[in-house]
Order: sequence, then structure tokens, then C-alpha cells
Amino acid sequence: MWLAMSDISSAMRRGFLDITPIIPAAVPIGLLFGAIAASKGLSPFEVWLMSALVFAGGAQFAAVELWSPPLPIAAILFSTLLINSRHILMGASLGPKLDAFSPPLRNVALFFMIDEIWAMSERRATLERVTPAYWFTMGLILVFMWSVSSAAGAVVGAAIEDPARYGFDFVFTAMFIGLVMGFWKSRHAGAGIVAAALASALVHFVFGPPWHVLAGAAAGLIAAWAAAGRSAAA
Amino acid sequence: MNVDSVNLIVILAMAVITYLTRLGGVFISRRLAGMDARMRAAFEAIPPVVLIAVVAPSMLTEGVAETAASAIAIVAALRLPLIAVILIGTLAVVLLRLAGL
Repeated sequence: MWLAMSDISSAMRRGFLDITPIIPAAVPIGLLFGAIAASKGLSPFEVWLMSALVFAGGAQFAAVELWSPPLPIAAILFSTLLINSRHILMGASLGPKLDAFSPPLRNVALFFMIDEIWAMSERRATLERVTPAYWFTMGLILVFMWSVSSAAGAVVGAAIEDPARYGFDFVFTAMFIGLVMGFWKSRHAGAGIVAAALASALVHFVFGPPWHVLAGAAAGLIAAWAAAGRSAAA
Repeated sequence: MNVDSVNLIVILAMAVITYLTRLGGVFISRRLAGMDARMRAAFEAIPPVVLIAVVAPSMLTEGVAETAASAIAIVAALRLPLIAVILIGTLAVVLLRLAGL
């Protein structure tokens, strides 16, 4: 019986272990986000609501940067769309690997597809099936930690110290480097990674966020496509 | 519990837009069934390419400490498990910043 309780509890345990290293990075960033949002006039409840419903750190930081009266609603929503457009590529890649989910359950599950959960699941999909128990364990823990730490940051306000002092800001970078290297399995993947890194850094330097994600992804996909063509012809 | 109605509407609109981007990719992937080898190579490169596009600025444009710590994390990732890469990379950036880089 494949749906044995031991399978479910072992998938939950695996999800818990995979999400744990992300918590020490997510909580200080959540506190910082809440403090910034509160300084822009958002109430702790509004901050909690945004973190619980939007659940996308990059887009939320960009939105509260723009948050001053009169509210530039179009700019806030366009920035949200642009920063989160990477989710479309992420979902296109991960979607077919969620075959252990019924379509309605998968559509609910996709609410939790933030970078870290997506990356952990892509990695797990190379070894084993991604199950609802694994996915929702990670998603519920992270949305709880993110929304509560955001609200706490809004209550405590500007008393938060700079997270860069402790290197918390670099945890995500180090984690993404580790994950990316795990995907470096072919020449065309390598070409895509190098092209994406250079294009993203260049566009970020020249134009600033949020264009670097789209530009880097586009350059990387074109480079992977081109490199695969050459190796196929050789 | 104070909630401004304009704030509430913008927050809800952000949530809907974000959820639609998360949902949208699944429906694209169904149309990509008959891909050739090159298209499949590009498609399989999506995970690392998107991840690196998100963090490349903090690896390459923030300063010497961040770039050096990134290089250390890359070397660590050749041999060590993910949690060790995170610990070594973060420790490296803290020490390099303390050293004034």
C-alpha cells in the first residue's frame, strides 16, 4: 500500500529537514520587511496579510519601496507582475513533475511555489517523486514563519538591526549557488548558467532591478538552446 | 486591527497577480509536448538559469567579499552537501566582511 502512513510521515520529515536551513534566513528578512512596511504606514495586520497572501519576498520589498501616498497602484502591480513572471518558467518546469497531485490539489499547492520550495522540489524530483506531504509540509511551515516574522517586524518597527551584519542576507545566495551547481550536469546547462549569471549581473548593474531576472533567464535559455544545437551537430 | 480599504485592495490584487504567475506555467508546459532536442535542452536548463539570474547580482556586483564568498561556495558545492555549502558560504562572507573587504 503506497499510501502507507510511514510513507507520508517520512515525506513530511524530509520536507521538514529540507525547509529547516531556510528558516534562519527567512525570519530576519521577514522582520526587516515588516519594519520597512510599517515605516511606510502599513499596519501589522496589513503586513501579515500581504506576507500570508502574496508570499513572494522580492515582489513585497519592491512594493513597499513604492508604497507612499497617493499609492502608485499601477506601478506596484506592474512591478509585482514583472518580478513574479519567473514563476511562469518555474511552474512550466515543475508542473509535469507534480504527477502525485490531483489537478485541483496541484493548483492549491502552486500557491506555495516560492523560489526555495520550488528549488528544493526540483532537486527532490531528480531523486524521488514530489508528494503532497513533502510539499505542504514545507509550504505551511514557510508561510507561517514568513507571515508571523513580517507582522512581528511591523510591531517592533525600526528596532531591527541590519541583517547584513550577520551574513543572513548571504544565506540565500549560498543556498542558490549550492542548488545551481547540482543542476550543472551537461555542457549546455553550464553554458546557460554562465550566460544567465553574466547577463543578470550586467542588467542589474546598468538598469537595476527587477529586469535582471528576466534578462538573465532569457540569456541563459538562449545559450542552453544554442549549446545543445552545437553538440547535437558535432 | 486597522485596515485601509485601498491598501487592502492593492494587497489582494498583488496576491491574485502572484498566484496567477504561479499557476500559469503549468498550462504552458502542456503545450510543449513535442519538443525537439534543442528545445528540451533549453527547457531542462530552466531551474538553474532562473536561480542564478535571481542571485547573480549579489554574487558579482555587491563587492569583493560577496564575490569571493561565492567562489568559495562554488568550490564547496563540487564536493559537499547543500547545508555545508550554505554554512561555508555564509561564514566566508561574514569573515571577509569583518576583514574589511
